[in-house]
Order: sequence, then structure tokens, then C-alpha cells
Amino acid sequence: MDDLNLSHHISQQFAAELEDVRSRVLTMGGMVEDQLRGAVEAMVECDSELAGEIADNDYLINRLEVEIDEECTQILARRQPAASDLRLVMAVIKTITDLERIGDEAERVARMAQHMASENIADSLRMEIGHMGELVQSMLHDVLDAFARTDVNDAVDVVGRDRKVDNKFDSLTRQLITYMAENSRNIHSALNVLWAARSLERIGDRCKNIAEYVIYLVGGKDIRHTKLSRKLVQSKSQDEPEADELE
Amino acid sequence: MADQSFALPEEVQSLGRDGAAATIADEDVAIEASDLQLFYGQAQALHDINLRIPRRKVTAFIGPSGCGKSTLLRCFNRMNDLVDICKIQGDIRLEGRDIYAPGVDVADIRREVGMVFQKPNPFPKSIYENVAYGLRIQGIKKRSVLDEAVEWALKGAALWDEVKDRLDDSAFGLSGGQQQRLVIARCIAVEPKVVLLDEPASALDPISTLKIEELINQLKERYTIVIVTHNMQQAARVSDHTAFLYMGKMIEFGDTREIFTNPTQKMTEDYITGRYG
Repeated sequence: MDDLNLSHHISQQFAAELEDVRSRVLTMGGMVEDQLRGAVEAMVECDSELAGEIADNDYLINRLEVEIDEECTQILARRQPAASDLRLVMAVIKTITDLERIGDEAERVARMAQHMASENIADSLRMEIGHMGELVQSMLHDVLDAFARTDVNDAVDVVGRDRKVDNKFDSLTRQLITYMAENSRNIHSALNVLWAARSLERIGDRCKNIAEYVIYLVGGKDIRHTKLSRKLVQSKSQDEPEADELE
Repeated sequence: MADQSFALPEEVQSLGRDGAAATIADEDVAIEASDLQLFYGQAQALHDINLRIPRRKVTAFIGPSGCGKSTLLRCFNRMNDLVDICKIQGDIRLEGRDIYAPGVDVADIRREVGMVFQKPNPFPKSIYENVAYGLRIQGIKKRSVLDEAVEWALKGAALWDEVKDRLDDSAFGLSGGQQQRLVIARCIAVEPKVVLLDEPASALDPISTLKIEELINQLKERYTIVIVTHNMQQAARVSDHTAFLYMGKMIEFGDTREIFTNPTQKMTEDYITGRYG
């Protein structure tokens, strides 16, 4: 019974199609990562030009999403994948939807960065949002890594880190309220920061979604909307108290 | 049981659906095979098969050629008795009754456990007589009883509308798909408890295949169905439970929904994803 050649598909063509779709998701992930990095950088550095570039590049990600979607449809129609192959295709279809939305949020952050570049915003706020940007960037990076290596432990870790971003968003919101209360002329710029922070917070949620798809892909367990998912989030945020919360 | 190359964190593993293991309550078991061994001469074709087939459900056997799935199917109505060199150990119970016990009437067993083969095998008789055949053997002669039973069986096999105006024509005039449904009608006319289907659609075109699959879905309301198929999508479409056999061993038995999305055994996974080579 040990004479099975288990490592690859009998249909090389099918194997190539699955590999192609997987590697294109990673390409798309890399593009989204670049967009997010650029958007956060533009905001922190007041770089209006970079912000404009980022905002204009989103269409590339959208195009890739449509292409990968079509590829998945073809695989479903022609190959009728089963078991782990099926789970891969399902995970890919869902992952690219979230990646595309992350791209949209990055574009929104970039647009806010354009507005903010000409505004006088307290350095502490810029630092705060820059830090929040780093948190979600590392989540995105790690979840793509988990997808590439089909690593459940890393995916579980990312699910847990979403709470940290949420906490950051809450504390930033409180700071912005104080900032606006101090001087009503701050309201306009504070709202821009708030919108950007809101986008980053949503990106964290979407990274968590992708991490859940990775867990499904590898283990066939759907942990979305389960107690476990909530438990992971809570235990993670207890493990690592928010030392930097009140910077 | 876990023969997988990855290890899930314990908390993820313990979540929700626990693998593919299907539990079937005692009172729902139609056929039970225990420690079944089967030999063709010196060669062992089935090893330690333990299996519970649930009543009024569709159970599919999948596996590569020569894995023993047809052999196992044929144990359930003692078709292997016809093979001289075939020896069986262990026991098989149909509704609790040991079908290999001394004194059991094989004809009785085969009336309760009907069988349909890969190639349609109608008798060289009329459509009507094909369906009435089993009933005539039972000694039923009354025309009105036969008429009713033939109509009922042909309707049950989703063939009535296509043949009601030519019941006295030869069965050989029917298409392959129709012949196969006729054979199913012949099988259910004697009201068996179990219907065994050995590759019932593999010689048919896709539309006839779909008709047979639709029929299987209707038949399971009354009968326990066991189907052997090489077509994995077919097993996925029609069955409630699936058993994967390999080299005479039952590797995995479980809920079809689980087997085709998340099998517990790596060998099952490799086979259904086409990695077996």
C-alpha cells in the first residue's frame, strides 16, 4: 500500500492550473501589500505625489481579481475539484475578494493622505496612525505568508492579532475626539485621520478573514463566526497587553 | 486515524464536524458486515471489512479497479456463491439475519436483495414480461395483479410514460438507458429491501446517466441502495455515505459530504483528487 505516488496529480495540466491560481493569489497579495505600504508611507511622510500614485494603481489589483476569478470558475467547471483541491479553490475565491477590498481600503487611505498632506496635523496623530498602519501591514504580510506556506499556526496567530488593531482604532478615536474638542478648526483634518484609521481597521478585519480561509484550506475546518474565532482573538489580546495603547 | 501531513492546533481540531466518521444507529442498519474476509483460492480479495449500511440511504463504494468493491457488493446477495473458488469468513447480516447461515434459502436472499449490473441485461421477452418475470416465478398468475405490479414498477423506475403504449414490444427495442431502467423495474417489481447497483450508468450517455441518478434518489425513499461506481462525481452526487476501498481493505467510510470535502485519510484524499498513480 506504500507504492502510491502521492505527491502529484495524474493530470499534470490540472496540477499546473492549481499552482498557477495559487501563485497569482500571492502575486495579487504582493501588489496589495505594496499599495498598503505606499498609502501608509504617504500619510506619515505627507507625500501627496506618492499618495496620488497609489490611488491610481488600484485598477491593477481589480483586474487581477477578475482574472483569478475567471480561472477559478474554469477549474470548477472543467475539473470538478474535490477535497483539498476544492478547498483551495474556495479559499482562493474568497481570499481574492478580501484582497481586492484591502486594495480599495488602501486606495482610500491614499486619498486621505492626499488631503492630509496639505493639512497641519499633530505629529503624535501621524505617528499613531503610522503605527496602526504597521500593525495591519504585518498582519497582511503574515497572512499571505501563512497562505503561501499553508501554515495554520501562523493563520491562527493573525486571527488573534485583529483585536490589537481594533484596540488601536478605539484609542485613536478617543484621541481624535479630544483633538476636535480642543479646537473646532481641527475637525476637518481629524475626520480625514479618522477615515484613514477606519480603513486600516477594516483591513485588519479582512486579514483575519483571509487567515480563517487558510485554516479552512489546510484543516477543512470553518472557524468563521465561531466561539473559537472569538476565543483566539481574546486570548491573543490578553497575551499581549496594549503597552503602546496610550503612547 | 489522522494520517495527514499537517497538524492543526488542538483547539481547531476539536471544532465542529469531527472528521468523516459516520455513526449509524443500530436500528438504522440494513446490512452489517463484520470481520469479513474473502478469498479467491489462495488470494485474499477482502480484508477485515467492517461496515454498516444504513437503511433507505444510498451508500457508494469507490476505489480503483480491482480494489474489491464489486466483490464486496456481490457478498450482499451471495452472488459470489457462483464462484467455485470463492471462500468467505466473517458474517453479513441483512436486517439482523445472517445470510450465510446454514439453511438460508439463497433465492430468498436474492429476492430481498436485488441487483442491477453494468450492462443492461433484459430477458429476450416483451417489456411487460421482463417486469412480470419475478412475480410469475413467485406463482402470481392473476392478470390484474400483474398489470398493476408492472405499471407500479415501471413508474417507480421512471420508465412508464416512455413504454406504456408498447408493453408487448421486445425489450431489446429500448435504448440502453431505457433498458437499464427496465432492469431496475424488474428488480423492484418483487419489492426487495435492498437494491445493489454495480456500475449502473457506466455504459450510458450523460442524459441517461442523469435519469438513473434521479431515479436512485427517488428509490431511496423505499429501498436501501448500494452502488459501486468508478465515477467519483456520481458517487458525490447520489450517495449519502461513501466507502473508499483500496486493495481489498476499507480505508474510509463516512458521510459523503465530508469524504468529498474533507476526508480523514490521506489515501482517500489522494484518490478522489486524482493523485493516485
